[in-house]
Amino acid sequence: MDRQEEDEDRVKLFGFWASPYVYKVEWALRIKDIQSDYIEEDLENKSDQLLEYNPVHKKVPVLIYQGKPIAESEVILEFIDEAWKHCGDRILPEDPHERAMARFWVRFGKDTLSPPIWKWFTTQGQEQEAAYAAAVEQLQILEKELDGKRFFAGEKMGLVDLSLGPFSYIIPIYEEINGVKLITEEKLPSLLAWMGNFLNSSIVREHPPPMDKLKLRCQAIREAFLKNTS
Amino acid sequence: MSSTKEEAPAVRVLGLWASPFVIRVLIALRLKGVEHEVLEEVVGKKSELLLRSNPVHKKIPVLLHHGKPISESLIIVQYIDEVWSSNAPAVLPADPYVRAVERFWAQYIDDKFPRGIRILKGTVDGNKDEIVEQLSTALQLLEEAFLKLSNGKHYFGGDNIGYLDIALGSHVGWVRAVEKIAGVQLLDAAKVPHLVAWADRFCAHPAVMDVLPDADRFVEYSVKYGSFFPTRSSTTK
Repeated sequence: MDRQEEDEDRVKLFGFWASPYVYKVEWALRIKDIQSDYIEEDLENKSDQLLEYNPVHKKVPVLIYQGKPIAESEVILEFIDEAWKHCGDRILPEDPHERAMARFWVRFGKDTLSPPIWKWFTTQGQEQEAAYAAAVEQLQILEKELDGKRFFAGEKMGLVDLSLGPFSYIIPIYEEINGVKLITEEKLPSLLAWMGNFLNSSIVREHPPPMDKLKLRCQAIREAFLKNTS
Repeated sequence: MSSTKEEAPAVRVLGLWASPFVIRVLIALRLKGVEHEVLEEVVGKKSELLLRSNPVHKKIPVLLHHGKPISESLIIVQYIDEVWSSNAPAVLPADPYVRAVERFWAQYIDDKFPRGIRILKGTVDGNKDEIVEQLSTALQLLEEAFLKLSNGKHYFGGDNIGYLDIALGSHVGWVRAVEKIAGVQLLDAAKVPHLVAWADRFCAHPAVMDVLPDADRFVEYSVKYGSFFPTRSSTTK
């Protein structure tokens, strides 16, 4: 293989240091032990390459496989599992019903759980209280699904764990900034334990999120939102 | 399994004929030749079976396979493809990269069309002109995607309908209906000629024709039940 072919064959990932969606993909690549080149994007000043590879959304992450782009983190996760089916652990289960359930909980995280958590983080007063209550309600549904398991997928991490995983470090940051706990031992014990299992996993410890920088960034984000609405 | 005389059929679908999300499931089942029973919900009143089968979202469609519920239309379509994998044709393409492209566009379609259609129908407040522009842009992008994916053949899936055909095609009924309701042009032969031709072929496909009625029936439905649809934006399909 000549140098140019080799270069085109390298898996590349366009990312942004603060994006949990990028982290999910990076962890998935590690589960499969896939070597990739990482390209940090400045989201205030997006590269021509990124705009060419993801013209529809102009967002990260974008995975480049044999020179071809794949966008949207959940699409990328399934792609990684399928393209490297025989490498490392499976990310999705084999059984069709279990696969359907995994996909269901991924959608739940994105469509039903994320919005109230984001709202709780970016508002105050009554609006924030209502969002908190809504978030707790959805978390209780998740708690029931987890039901004391080590990971949503069982003994090892799977699609749902990767997809919801960022909550395990984002929620504690929000809790610290907001000065109130969302996930407690008393109300959501399985989820609390799962968050620890996720963060302590070898995959995450090998490539941990930059907590200090993230806290500062989140603080600034909350302040900007409150400023805009007051 | 059980030996009672009245055994529930192995495959049942909880749905409403006018829901594009339900239509997706019915197309997939027909495509695979899977025998199934359709339990039509009553508009405005959710059945006990639905509430039990989808307690998290309480929404249609739900597929019950030997009593086990699966919800979310695109998840159900993939489930059908995986369970009845030995029944031709394949719904998802074989190549992982092409699958990823189809999944990307299916997600894009569901981000744009359901909300846009609700606004044009008038059941949700919104700027109609803005929505028409957004949907026209979306259709333009899908026209380009069609050219790339179909590779000169009849469908996004090539020789036969597949995942992306089903994802987009299921919305054609309501797209054509809101064109009449709002007096706008979306599937414009001058702008998206290949999609217009594709839409006609899709609607005439044997797995589709009996479950995707004409636009007029959707218009009638909107007139009859317009105020029924939830006014907050719902995201589960």
